[in-house]
Amino acid sequence: MIDVQERPAPGPAEAPAWRHKDLLDTDVLSRADIDLVMETADAMLEVRSRPVAKVATLRGATVVTLFYEQSTRTRASFEVAAKAMGADVVNLTASGSSVVKGESLVDTVRTLEAIGADLLVMRHDRSGAPYLAAKNTKAGVINGGDGTHAHPTQALLDLFTMRRHLGALDGKKVVIVGDVLHSRVARSNVWSLLAAGANVTLCGPATLLPRTLASAGGEEGRVALTADLDRALVDADVVMALRIQKERQATGLIPSLREYINGYQVNATRLARAKPGALVMHPGPMNEGIEISPEAAHGLASVIEEQVANGVAVRMAVLYLMATARTK
Amino acid sequence: MTGELLLGPDEIARTMRRLAHEIVENNHGTDGLVIVGLLTRGHPLALRLGRLIREFEGVEVPVGSLDIGLYRDDVSRRGQPTPLRPSSIPADIDGATVVLVDDVLFTGRSIRAALDALLDFGRPARVRLATLIDRGHRELPIRPDFVGKNIPTALVQEVQVTLKETDGEDAVYVLNAEAAND
Repeated sequence: MIDVQERPAPGPAEAPAWRHKDLLDTDVLSRADIDLVMETADAMLEVRSRPVAKVATLRGATVVTLFYEQSTRTRASFEVAAKAMGADVVNLTASGSSVVKGESLVDTVRTLEAIGADLLVMRHDRSGAPYLAAKNTKAGVINGGDGTHAHPTQALLDLFTMRRHLGALDGKKVVIVGDVLHSRVARSNVWSLLAAGANVTLCGPATLLPRTLASAGGEEGRVALTADLDRALVDADVVMALRIQKERQATGLIPSLREYINGYQVNATRLARAKPGALVMHPGPMNEGIEISPEAAHGLASVIEEQVANGVAVRMAVLYLMATARTK
Repeated sequence: MTGELLLGPDEIARTMRRLAHEIVENNHGTDGLVIVGLLTRGHPLALRLGRLIREFEGVEVPVGSLDIGLYRDDVSRRGQPTPLRPSSIPADIDGATVVLVDDVLFTGRSIRAALDALLDFGRPARVRLATLIDRGHRELPIRPDFVGKNIPTALVQEVQVTLKETDGEDAVYVLNAEAAND
């Protein structure tokens, strides 16, 4: 008999664990959680590249998409992802369900659980609605966007897209431009980018910058707020434009679209200030010619279409982790 | 932990050379041969076989890697997700002779999963199985075509293969139950 050193076991005994019943926002994800999602999504992207881009891993699981607010890409992306993993998918919209008969959110969620939903992907126009749902069901709840609060899978697919181009994000500078105040995409991106080691600059008209987010960056000031886009873009590795809601003009938060375009449109001239080859991103749907110029949206540095494709892989990863982890 | 050293670096190197020769002999050359290693430790073994065949035959045989995590039969029983890595199959496997390579053959369940995974990439003419260690205790009707070493084990024992590429040294240990519980 001889001494054998402790060494990593070949099996999954010490594999990183997934401890979240729900995915409501990125603010609860540790760096290890985020790495696990990213590594899993790498494998899913490979599955998507195959001639038959489908596996049977989640056979027997039921994923319900419950959308109280319009969506094309998020709902379709989740449906494709769930089907690519072999799960059964039920799609519900508020207009086609008992919601129009006055059924409460809690009753709807409990009914769906009783029907056998394992995972519930939910979009709601009220911030916080998915939290109420999650509290009232054993099913895992994935927030597909709630009001102006959070959109965790969008933030994770944005992060995944950045990492595929830039590698580790430690010390990288990400500039998010637009109506940050009303953007659930920006908010969730701040948490995941900070966890991944990046620095974030939020830029937009002063009326659309939430002051409270500045403290999220801690004492090192890893979150900066500025109304000056030309200055914000210096040394940027990533520039993400947010959709500007044309209705915002009416509220007086932006003086006019023309003025917004002059000050905040992401275009080729402005991008010249960023690092050469800086990535251009947008969560969609785009208003080309307003928050982003057509040449920036479709230029060589644009990864906007890739974001959509990566979204399927990242959502497959999230569904896989949540459906296979016993967190109850 | 204590255990018994069964194979050291020299013995593993000799075994791998023999396996490479057997694979080429069985295939009557290198035509249509594709070597695919199971992640994690089957992959470096597959790469070594590829290098040895190039050395002996002067021919570059495609070598790939296969992750079986999405194909396991205990996905919903484990309680935690199996970590996944991308597979990489560098050649068209339609009509090829694919040699699957793993470090330890035990219940056969990994190989069942590997066959499912492989067939998602195409339809090979035949699939062979090479393993460095066969420790017995099959639970499925699966048998290896090329075996480095047969090691009779008790179910409570553990066979641990370490490789230079993944663990820093080449060795095969048998750990007994008391040691494994340390």
